[in-house]
Order: sequence, then structure tokens, then C-alpha cells
Amino acid sequence: MAAIMTLQTGTGFWNPIIWIIAFVIAFVFAYLIWMLGEKDPKKTGDLIRPYLSGNPEPAKEAVHVPGGNLYWGFTEALQGYYTRVVPLHSGILTDYLLWFLGVMAFVLVLVGVIV
Amino acid sequence: MVLYNLPFIAAGLLMAFGIAAMLLRRNLIKMIMGLSLVEAGVNLLLVSLGYRAGGIAPIFTNAPRDLMVMPTVQAMTLTNIVIGIATTALLLSFVMVIYRRYGSAEADVVRRLRG
Amino acid sequence: MIVPSLLLQHAPALLLAVPMLGAFATPLLGRLGSGIRNAWAVLAMLCTLLIAVVLATEVLATGTIVYAFGAAAPHLSVPLDSGGIPIRIIFTVDAMSAFMALFASIVGFAVLLYSLKSQSRNSGQDGYYALLLLLTVGILGMVCTGDLFNFFVFLEINSLAGAALVAYRVDKGVAVEAGLKYAVLSTLGGLLVLFAIALLYGQYDALNIAMIASRMQFTLLDKVALVMLVVALAMKAGAVPMHFWTPDAYSMAPSAVTAFLVVASQASLYGIFRVVFSLYGLALDCLTVGWVLIILGVLSMFVGVTMAIPQKDVKRLMAYHAVSQTGYMLLGVGVGVAVLGNQDLLTAYGRIAMEGGIFHIINHAMYKGLLFLTAGAIFYRTGTRNLNKLGGLGHSMKWTMVFFMIGALAIAGIPPFNGFASKLMIYESVFLFNPLLSIIAMVVSILTLASFVKVFHSIFMGPKLPEYADVREVPAPMLIGMGILALFVILFGIFPQQVVDLLITPAAAALIDQGGYIASILGGA
Repeated sequence: MAAIMTLQTGTGFWNPIIWIIAFVIAFVFAYLIWMLGEKDPKKTGDLIRPYLSGNPEPAKEAVHVPGGNLYWGFTEALQGYYTRVVPLHSGILTDYLLWFLGVMAFVLVLVGVIV
Repeated sequence: MVLYNLPFIAAGLLMAFGIAAMLLRRNLIKMIMGLSLVEAGVNLLLVSLGYRAGGIAPIFTNAPRDLMVMPTVQAMTLTNIVIGIATTALLLSFVMVIYRRYGSAEADVVRRLRG
Repeated sequence: MIVPSLLLQHAPALLLAVPMLGAFATPLLGRLGSGIRNAWAVLAMLCTLLIAVVLATEVLATGTIVYAFGAAAPHLSVPLDSGGIPIRIIFTVDAMSAFMALFASIVGFAVLLYSLKSQSRNSGQDGYYALLLLLTVGILGMVCTGDLFNFFVFLEINSLAGAALVAYRVDKGVAVEAGLKYAVLSTLGGLLVLFAIALLYGQYDALNIAMIASRMQFTLLDKVALVMLVVALAMKAGAVPMHFWTPDAYSMAPSAVTAFLVVASQASLYGIFRVVFSLYGLALDCLTVGWVLIILGVLSMFVGVTMAIPQKDVKRLMAYHAVSQTGYMLLGVGVGVAVLGNQDLLTAYGRIAMEGGIFHIINHAMYKGLLFLTAGAIFYRTGTRNLNKLGGLGHSMKWTMVFFMIGALAIAGIPPFNGFASKLMIYESVFLFNPLLSIIAMVVSILTLASFVKVFHSIFMGPKLPEYADVREVPAPMLIGMGILALFVILFGIFPQQVVDLLITPAAAALIDQGGYIASILGGA
């Protein structure tokens, strides 16, 4: 069973079944640990409220981190790359056509048509 | 020799004019006109390829049996003309909608999608 | 055999005739009512899928099927009185074509089911279903035909239907802008393809791919034709730096259409492979062409993923990922082309690299389709694609979230989903060719995962936002459409070797075996 499901990649192999078995075992352990916890936690009162150093909890929309703020550091660090590449996507049809024909001319040179 | 190649030169020139119009004009309608010129150039090339010196046109009513030119490129050209009509109509109707919504049909204004 | 022999005999023609009939009858049946029209469209697509399955089974069992239109018998590719020249339009369905047709119709069926609900609030649905079926015709025609001019015609059907579908939801003109850009670029690309076909016809007096291949001299004009075909089709497939239309068109098209446009792009990718392997084959300067494909692939992978990271529109982000994933296919197959002339290297890793690239095509169609459909589900309920405005939908759209996770993990190459299997094949074989390329591919995968973590976080995580308090799960047909694709993503991930043995190895072998392709038409000449 396990042998026929092994993906041969020429130099190596990969068997999803072993991975899944490992996954299931990890899940069983996680479940066992979870079982050891409190069976019936309180659903109301102070226990479920977030504790923010005694400050009142802000509104839901105020604590949500929107997607635009993620990876700010990444784009900031690669500023040199992004300031060059993003403006290429200018949205102007003429530029798109130029790139297309330019690449075609370049490959013509590469293949050896235009010397 | 030049005379024999004249149709090919004309086809090449038509295509070059068309591509130049697409790259140098900023008005979308003019760019589509350029596209039609490229199409005309390709059609001319196709038809020129079908020329056989001394060949007999494949019109069944007055051609001798078995000695006609096979009208492959003519059929191809007709097909391409039909395709060209469909494409041009679609493109022009796109430009109409864009002009109505954006108030402009210039390639460097029609660039709300970018980045 | 339960399949009637007549159906089997004419399967290649029916594969196109059924969706075409479906497309042109749809607006007529639309007059009778939307229910009848929808049922008709589903029926047409289902029949297409069944025919594709029958055809693929037959091809994989018995080898290449040749279908000559208008001949006394479909397999008579070369008429007796033509002097050994195949003059008719001939479909050559080999294992690669069958593979493409099969997964294209699976994705098409899932997309159609999804559209039943996702488009139900739009006007002009008659045209929508007609165009969707026409797009199917274009894709299936491109992958099945063995005739260059016929290939161009289907390429144009593909472009026209695709552009009209991109512009379908006018959306204050922005969708039309995307449709216009796509249409202008693909029309110019199509005309250059036709120009290249004319150059080949002028030299070899033939349009049949096998016929031209058997006469191929690789003259200067052939080189020009090769470059035009490859570059124009690479543009249609969205390879960097000709990818600029991709994010525009993919983000503005209705999500169901975007999922199918991915397949349409891959049909162009198939065109490149067919041109390089079957039309030119060993006559090529393999190393140069291989490196052109590899460079396009690496650029696509890297620029695609880095452009995806800062995007704020979820579909635009996914579109850049589609560009990036196309790079993997170009890389894998490009390595195969680069070592095509060297039998030792081809057996050592070239074949595996190609199989990885081809396997990635089907995997990409499945998981990327799934991701675009989940993005559509989110848009269907919330009316926005802006990641800054979305949040906390995991509370109310649990199934969509699960499907999104499956798709995101698959695209990032996390086991046990299908993306991992094909990427592993590419990594290991490309590493033997050039370690640097393989490392770039892995880094790109990591960045892909990073950017999908961002999408997942910003759409599904966080507290339930008040503006989306009444958001519910999407209706059943949309979930079924996503479910079909998710099922394939998981199945292909758990049984990769079976899929490779059944579909991918024959497809790669069919591409490499140019002699077999020529012989199937010209009869061993």
C-alpha cells in the first residue's frame, strides 16, 4: 500500500501516507493535551474579556489589523526594488505593447536572427 | 526580383505602419486602426503567398479539371477577415463604453488598473 | 464497451461540436426562461466533460487518435490522391492533448456550476453562458488540433470570448478597460502567430503540424516564425515581462471566469510546448530556446510573487500568483527543452523536470481555480475585494475558509496537497540542472506562503466586524463548484504517483516523441 503511493522524483521520493500518519499522530497528541484542560470553562464574566492592563476594551473594528498593514517591513526593506518595478505596471496600453514587442525583438537577437 | 517581392514588401510595410501607429498614437481608436493595418498586412502576405505563376483560379465553372490552384491561403484570408471584423467590432465597442464612463479615450488616461 | 462505437469514433469532433452547439443555442433557450437555459448550459458542459473523459481513456489506452474532418473515414489523414500531403483539417489528440482537454473540461464544469449562483444577480446571463461555452470551445480546440491555422482560429475564439467575459461586468468601465487591454494584446499576438504560420506555409506548403515538422529545415524564416510563435503565446500565458494584462484582466473578470481564464492561459502554454517539441523538435537550437523559456520562467516566478505581496485587492494578488506559478511550468519544461538533444541528461533529469512542469499545469488549474472561486465567494457576500476592508469572515463562512486554506496550502507547496508533489519534482530535477534555479524556486514558494498568510489573516481572522454581521455562507452550487476542485487538490496530493503514471508520463513522452507525432499523421513515413 505504502509503496505504490510513493512519488518517485528521479533522485528522491515522497510518500504522502507517512506524512499523513505523522499528522494524525500529532493531532492525537494535541487532542490528548486539550482533554487535560478545564472541561467546562465559564462562558460569561471577566474570564472571557481580554485584559489590556486594566484599560477598557476598544471596539471590534479598532483592533482589527487590516491586510494593508501586513508585510510593511518587507516592502520597506525592498524599497529599491519596489520603486523600480511597481511603476512598470503603468496601466498604459502603449507600454504593454512596447514590452511585448521589445521582448520579441530581444528573443530574435538571442536566437540569432538579428546579429 | 524587386517586382516579384513587391507584395511581400508592401505587406511588411503595412504591418510596420500598423505597429508604429499602435505605439506612437495615444488615442485608443487610432491604436485600433493600427491593429487593423497590421491585420491587413498579414492578409496581404497570406494572399501573396498563394500566387502561383501560370496557375488557374479554382473556379469550377470554367477551369480545366485537376489543374487548379488549391485555394488554401485564400480560405485562410477570408477566415482572418471575418475574425478581424469580430475583433475590431468588439474593441471599438469597448472603447465606446470606456469613453462614456471615463470621458476620454486616450491610452494614458485609461489607466485605472495599475500597480 | 458501454460507449457506442459511433460516439467513440467521432469523439474528437463531438468534443468541440457539443459545447459549440451549447453556446449558440443558449441565447435561444434563454428566451424560454433562465431555469431552462441554466439546465441546458450545465447539460452541454457535462456532455463535454463526459466526451473528454471517453476520449482521454481511449487515447491513454490505444495511443494517439487522428481525426480528419470531412474524410471518408476519420482516421484517413492522408487522402490517397493527394500525393502524401494531409490536406484536411486534422485533429491529433495525443496523450498531452487528452490530458489538457480532460482537466480543462473538469475546471469548466466546476466553474459552470459555480456560475449558476454567483452570476444569478447579473443581467445578460444568456451571453455569459454562451461566452463561457465558447471559451471552452476555444481551449479544447487549441489543445486538440493538429493544424496550425486551425490553432490560430481557436486561439482567436479563446481571446475574443475571454476578453468579452473579462469586460462582462462593466463595473464603471474599469472591467471594460481590462477587457480592452487583454483584447488588443491578444489580437496583436494572434496576428503575429498568423504571420509566423504564413512564413511556415510559404516555405513548406503545409499547415499540418506533423507535415511541417517532417519537412523542417530550421532556416532563418523558421527562426523568425519560432520566436513569434513562442513569444506571442508566452504573452498569452502571462509570462513576465509580458504579464501586465494578467492582473488587470484576472482581477476585473467575474471570479468564475478568472478561474477559467487560468485554463485559457495554460492552453497557450500548451501551444508553446507543442510548437517547441512537435513542430520544431530536435531541429531547434535546444539550449538557447530552453534558456529563453527558463529565463521567462524565473522572471515570472520572482516578479510575480514580489508584486503579489504588497497588493491590496485580493484578486489582483491572486492574479500575480498565477503569473508566478506559470513560471514553474516554464522552468520545468524549459529545462526539458534545454537538454532535449542530450539523451543521457534527458533521462537523468530532463524528463522528470518536464513531468513536474506538466503536472504543475493541472495542479495549478485546480488550486488556482479554487482560490479564485473562494475570492468570488467572498465578493459575492461582502461586495468588496479590498483586503483592508475585509476581516473576521472565518466566523460566518467556514466552508469557504476551509476551501481557501486547501488552495493556499496547495499553492504554497505544503504537503500533502498537490502543489507540493509537482514542485518537489521540479526542485529535485532542476537542482541537477542548475542549483541556483532550484533555490530561487524554493524561495518563491516561501514568499507565496507568506503572502497567502497575509490574505488568510486579513480575510478570515480577527474579530467579527460589524459591517459583515449578516454575512452567511454562500449557496450550495458555489460550494459544490469549489468542492469539486478541492477534492482534486487533495486527491492529487495523496496519490501523486498514480496521477503521474496515468496522465503525466504519457503526456511528457508524447511531447518528447516527435517521430511518433509525425508518424501518427503521415503513417510512419
